[in-house]
Amino acid sequence: MTDTSLNTQAPTGEAGFGDYFALLKPRVMSLVVFTAAVGLLAAPVAVHPVVALASVLFIAVGAGASGALNMWWDADIDQVMKRTAGRPVPSGRVAPQEALALGTALSGMAVVMLALASNFVAAGLLAFTIFFYAVIYTMWLKRWTPQNIVIGGAAGAFPPMIGWAAATGGVSVESVLMFALIFVWTPPHFWALCLFMNSDYEKAGVPMLTVTHGRRVTRRHVLAYTLLLAPLAVGTAFTSIGGPIYLAVAVVLNALFVKGAVDIWRRDETRAQADKYRVEKRFFGLSLLYLFAHFGAILAEAALAPYGIGGW
Amino acid sequence: MSFRVEHELHKRRRGRNIGLGLVLAAFIALVFGLTVVKVTRGDMQMPSAEQVGADN
Repeated sequence: MTDTSLNTQAPTGEAGFGDYFALLKPRVMSLVVFTAAVGLLAAPVAVHPVVALASVLFIAVGAGASGALNMWWDADIDQVMKRTAGRPVPSGRVAPQEALALGTALSGMAVVMLALASNFVAAGLLAFTIFFYAVIYTMWLKRWTPQNIVIGGAAGAFPPMIGWAAATGGVSVESVLMFALIFVWTPPHFWALCLFMNSDYEKAGVPMLTVTHGRRVTRRHVLAYTLLLAPLAVGTAFTSIGGPIYLAVAVVLNALFVKGAVDIWRRDETRAQADKYRVEKRFFGLSLLYLFAHFGAILAEAALAPYGIGGW
Repeated sequence: MSFRVEHELHKRRRGRNIGLGLVLAAFIALVFGLTVVKVTRGDMQMPSAEQVGADN
């Protein structure tokens, strides 16, 4: 063997640091960090900044770990779908067993460290969230029922509740409302995505509502959940985490969101295909802003309360 | 002067090692910071004999 043969520059299939980081679904983690931080900061109990930082970080690591477990289990589906084929496991950069090992190790570490940093209630909720996402959603619901993302959405809804529990040591109406906000927001957000990504789910055999019941039914479901979400989101304004800023944000965004859902409901496939799902894509983009702005407003209320501006 | 060109694999391994090293260093710093906060706030204090007696 010569130096020349040793130094070939062909890709080797050995994972880099970024590949392991990608296993943790960094984009989902950023949403978890944000909502968990809002839950923690909106709580009526002051938390030391180091404890707050550590708690949010361990919640994010727990969420990332469940993402790695999801990628381990779903490698076969991910391989088929264009959106996910480049992920570390289906692309062959990370071995499935490595994803399993990383997910399991980080799950245990995150739960234990959150218990040490804050309390057992928060750690218990984090453990349940990981179990719910990795086992209930990924292994069971996702391949079984078209209601997969409705029930599975609970996993993404827990972080603000865990953040709140890290500060207060318990669960309250406000933390349940933050949970409900994400829980009811998830179906219209995801089904809007499915409306313009349908062929991928069909190819992978995932029983998305668009695949099992068709797009007409999905459009009706988007509207139904949006109508359910609006009073919940606006009603939250009148609790201790709400206030005039939140109310203004919620009224404007829910009016836009309901209008978007009605537009989706009124459209047929011919029109949607003609303009390349412009309305559906716009609704999906709005849904991202919707969640960010609602939690941003909760944070603003909490941050401004000491100055007599936030809250009622 | 070396004629050996660094293999792409070695670059990736070095990146992985440096990344993991930084993560571990950050983790140690965080645990240290947490410990300092918990100890100075008295979270880790053992209950005194009088307190234990009063509880009983």
